Amino acid sequence: MSDATGAFSSDIAAGSATSDAYRPGHGHGNAHGWATGHGQGGPASKFVTVAYGFWIFLLSDIIMFSAFFAAYAVLAKATAGGPTGKELFDLTRVAVQTGLLLTSSFTGGLATLATQRRSMAGTQFWLLVTGLLGAAFLFLEVQEFAAMAAEQAGPSRSAFLSAFFALVGCHGTHVGLGLLWLGTMMAQLWVKGFRPEILRRLHCFGLFWHALDIIWVAIFTLVYLLGASS
Amino acid sequence: MLGKLDWSAIPFDQPIPLGAALVVFLAAAAVLGWISVKGYWPYLWSEWLTSVDHKRIGVMYIVLAMLMLLRGFIDAIMMRTQQVLAIHGPGYLPPEHYDQIFSAHGTIMIFFAAMPFMIGLMNFVVPLQLGIRDVAFPTLNSVSFWLTATGALLVNISLVVGEFARTGWLPYAPLSETTYSPGVGVDYYLWSIQISGVGTLLTGVNLVTTILKMRAPGMGYLRMPMFCWTSLASNLLIVAAFPILTATLAMLTLDRYLGFHFFTNEAGGNQMMFVNLIWAWGHPEVYILVLPAFGLYSEIFATFSSKPLFGYRSMVAATLFICIVSFMVWLHHFFTMGAGADVNAAFGIATSVIAVGTGVKVYNWLFTMYGGRVRFDTPMLWALGFVTTFTIGGMTGVLLAVPPADFMLHNSLFLVAHFHNVIISGVLFGAFAGFTYWFPKAFGFRLHEGWGKAAFWVTLAGYILVFAPLYAVGLLGMTRRLQHIDMDIWAPYLKVAAFGILVMIAGAACQITQLVVSIRRREELRDETGDPWDGRSLEWSTASPPPVFNYARLPQVENEEPYWTIKQRALEEQGPADEDSYEPIEMPRNSPTGFVTAFFSTLIGFALIWHIWWLAIVGFIGAYATFVVFAWRDHGDYEIPPDEVARIDGERKAAQLAWLRRRERVT
Amino acid sequence: MPVLPCKSRPARSFFWALAAASLSGCAGGVLDPQGPIGAGNRTILLNSLAVMLVIVIPTLVALLAFAWKFRASNSKARYDPEFTYSGRIELIVWSIPTLTILFLGGLIYYGSHQLDPRRPIASSRPPLEIQVVALDWKWLFLYPEQGVGTVNQLVIPAGVPVHFKLTSASVMNTFFVPQLGSMIYVMNGMQTELHLQADREGDYFGQSAHFSGDGFSDMNFRVRAVSAEAFSIWVSSMHGGGGVLNADAYQDLARQSIKVPPASFGHVQPGLFDAVVRQTLPRGPGPTETAAGEPHVGPKAQPAAGAPAMAHQPQPEEGE
Repeated sequence: MSDATGAFSSDIAAGSATSDAYRPGHGHGNAHGWATGHGQGGPASKFVTVAYGFWIFLLSDIIMFSAFFAAYAVLAKATAGGPTGKELFDLTRVAVQTGLLLTSSFTGGLATLATQRRSMAGTQFWLLVTGLLGAAFLFLEVQEFAAMAAEQAGPSRSAFLSAFFALVGCHGTHVGLGLLWLGTMMAQLWVKGFRPEILRRLHCFGLFWHALDIIWVAIFTLVYLLGASS
Repeated sequence: MLGKLDWSAIPFDQPIPLGAALVVFLAAAAVLGWISVKGYWPYLWSEWLTSVDHKRIGVMYIVLAMLMLLRGFIDAIMMRTQQVLAIHGPGYLPPEHYDQIFSAHGTIMIFFAAMPFMIGLMNFVVPLQLGIRDVAFPTLNSVSFWLTATGALLVNISLVVGEFARTGWLPYAPLSETTYSPGVGVDYYLWSIQISGVGTLLTGVNLVTTILKMRAPGMGYLRMPMFCWTSLASNLLIVAAFPILTATLAMLTLDRYLGFHFFTNEAGGNQMMFVNLIWAWGHPEVYILVLPAFGLYSEIFATFSSKPLFGYRSMVAATLFICIVSFMVWLHHFFTMGAGADVNAAFGIATSVIAVGTGVKVYNWLFTMYGGRVRFDTPMLWALGFVTTFTIGGMTGVLLAVPPADFMLHNSLFLVAHFHNVIISGVLFGAFAGFTYWFPKAFGFRLHEGWGKAAFWVTLAGYILVFAPLYAVGLLGMTRRLQHIDMDIWAPYLKVAAFGILVMIAGAACQITQLVVSIRRREELRDETGDPWDGRSLEWSTASPPPVFNYARLPQVENEEPYWTIKQRALEEQGPADEDSYEPIEMPRNSPTGFVTAFFSTLIGFALIWHIWWLAIVGFIGAYATFVVFAWRDHGDYEIPPDEVARIDGERKAAQLAWLRRRERVT
Repeated sequence: MPVLPCKSRPARSFFWALAAASLSGCAGGVLDPQGPIGAGNRTILLNSLAVMLVIVIPTLVALLAFAWKFRASNSKARYDPEFTYSGRIELIVWSIPTLTILFLGGLIYYGSHQLDPRRPIASSRPPLEIQVVALDWKWLFLYPEQGVGTVNQLVIPAGVPVHFKLTSASVMNTFFVPQLGSMIYVMNGMQTELHLQADREGDYFGQSAHFSGDGFSDMNFRVRAVSAEAFSIWVSSMHGGGGVLNADAYQDLARQSIKVPPASFGHVQPGLFDAVVRQTLPRGPGPTETAAGEPHVGPKAQPAAGAPAMAHQPQPEEGE
């Protein structure tokens, strides 16, 4: 761009913010920090913006899952002479998985409550429990996949199994990435404490983890229950 | 160690791609060398490559788009010349090369020319029009840009190392499956689109949040400029449609890499599902591209007619109408699949219903001019060129939405002519119009009018000369993507089209000349007021180029045309309003996160294309480390003290005051 | 090289071309149909075009007229910056396109049903059954009632409806004879249907209208519409000669090959087409498999490489 702005932005010594450093670009004291962004009060606060943006991202993620659900629905009968869902699905394991994941959402909620009390020990403890439950869920899923692959019912066996592995595996990948995120954030929380940006990230993680629950409930019903009954 | 990669990947035996690669390589080396000699690297790194300023990211998007536009245009020239040289003969491009050319042309033009151009314009303009200081997530914005650049880089690497897809710009299965496309071409396609698609999706999230949550005080939804409305619609479509593309390409990737059977010929794979899924993204994509252009045409019609936009609310309604209906029409891309009369009829009617929204827009532009004072500056010429030719293109589109007509014209050059007719006039003319319109805002000087007008007329003539004969030859039954032609009856039309492309080359030369001439004569073209076109929306109220914080104080918005109101008030009160007190401004710090992410994603993409698994793992670890480092930083922002803000704003006010005085002397 | 009825002049612009093509009726493309389906398609196309031109032409004229009349230098034009909304105009602006689309919607509904590819053509004569298999990169036509087959040459009796059942051995293609009308996709593992009829005897150009790989540009065929007598003579001449198309010969034929000259089979194993549709016969091999087996057919291979050795050139007699 021009020399004016070019020279300008480099000349400014990056001042250390005194008051609320986590609302970049909004200016100090515009007295609209609580604005919702609906036009009256100007831009919304950083917390609102981040949570809102993350919601939009989650919606797009759900749309991606719906494409995998659609593919599964199309291919559910295309077993190519291979095993069907009824023969493969072990509902007990899936019920345990569901229990683990739903409980992990609950403990995630407890972590949020601890965060609101600014209790470091409580937050870390409940986040850890959430992570362990998630890891147990993931372990069962990997075990299920390995067992199916061992029975010659891997994703290359039929289009039905391709769609199954892709859909459930996509959810599992999300859980795995969520665990990586969770671990990183626990370390960060430990080092940096309850800073505004950490609070925002914890909030986003909560949204993410609950969204994975919603998707799992859909998988549980549409893939496992319907698959095992038909 | 290097997966499938070995020396046979370099096309030593094919002079055309090798020569092209050499030219590109030398040009890139020359540019990099020049930067090094001049010592521009520190400036480039700190002010551009790591910038999180939406204005600079917007400019970088447009630079990328223009380079890719040139690449795609060269492909187009090769296709038109091949077809005219291959009448009863082999031409100069063998099928395995020609097939890559048309696939690359479509891919590059849609994903790496049209998309970045529109996203660049939105990035630059939307925060300025909303009266705010940056987008909602500035660093994410930089990551988005660099992921798009990664995709573009991978596509261009395929020119030298390996090959590009030979399947067309949408890799229809099962042709794109490993059985029928065993090479790395489709993999280049998949990973470059997948990586840039993530960037696009993040842009969508970013801009939707920005528009819905960050507007200047007083700017309710129905006070947003039209361009912001259409940007909102376009980005909502990105958020809703791009995940479908991601999922579809992921399925094809699983088929190709891990032996899945989504779309294969065996084991129950369903190729019709690919076509359905890809167009469930593909049709909204058309509107993702054209809606921002509709918005900027609305701005241009209002500005250059010296009148507010006619029927603003009606335009908003039409935009949202198009946005929603665009998801219900995908099947018109394959009426010839044999879906049955009721399905075809339903989708045919839904498709023509979309034309209602577009029709309303055309009429509202028409009535914006009515009672106005129309100035034919270059942006307005592009807009008028658009609205006339687009109307014809829209009409042929509705013809193709009539299933029995489509049964004869599907996949013909009539179809090719139709979608070039709408995309060139809709998106490309829009890009040029927006480029000319906002260039002074970005750089502080106007583009040369004479060369701009020449570029418009020559390009318009070339465009008609290329595509009018293609319409005709499509009616003669000529199908698309033919490497050679055996029908004499088609030959004359192809010759006219080849002549047309020569005219379009002249048009492109005018554009480049315009840019060079304007830069060299920038002092006489300088815009001191920040308002070179007598504009109406907020972006014209700040300086050209705007300071890094855009606005010293967030503007208070009272109606649909805030800047017009400020201007009228200033004229009445003989001077700009007093804004004496300034407050410190927090701005996001620059960050190399985007650039480093791009580096690692290039590694990941290249490694996955060539099955170099260890390198892919290195790339993933690097990308993760980048995010952790970014998340760990302590100071994301810096503060601009009030004195500095006051000084910069003072300059702007002085310039505007000088303009007011000059104006008074005149009147 | 098919001979077309007459040569068209090079057109200078779209409208001229359209006018010339539709008025003179000698274009040789989709505007010069030689059968009821093509004629029906053309009627719908031109009707839709006419419906839209009724509003498109006045709109374009108004656009240019307004722009010119209200140019800044024209001091006679009234400047009215307050004219930004008019309920009456908005009503018209929304209703004109809506009415047009309503009208067009009727055409679409009617046309989709009347010209549905699956809808049999009303005729006093029973339809001729033809099965079509798209191979890489040639067309295989099977005549189940006659028990014969051809490659890249389609012989049909003029004036008799033809019922096509179509599939593909490998990738997606589109079966299209511009002068006869509607095209249709062919896909592996699936069967599509199409009814066409040639009203007059003649030679028509047929092609694949969906890109299918390196040999796509040569995936053309000639349609010879002959008299009913000539057709039966042709069929009986076929029975006398030509090779046998059984599963083995089919798999040879399915290998990738480019620019395959017309060929024919005097005897076709019954049920071959259904076996392709049900995928009990393996899909057509890709380039790697083709290269591994014999005969090797690269992109620059000899044109005839993929044609079976036993094929002979059918010479249909012209109707006397």
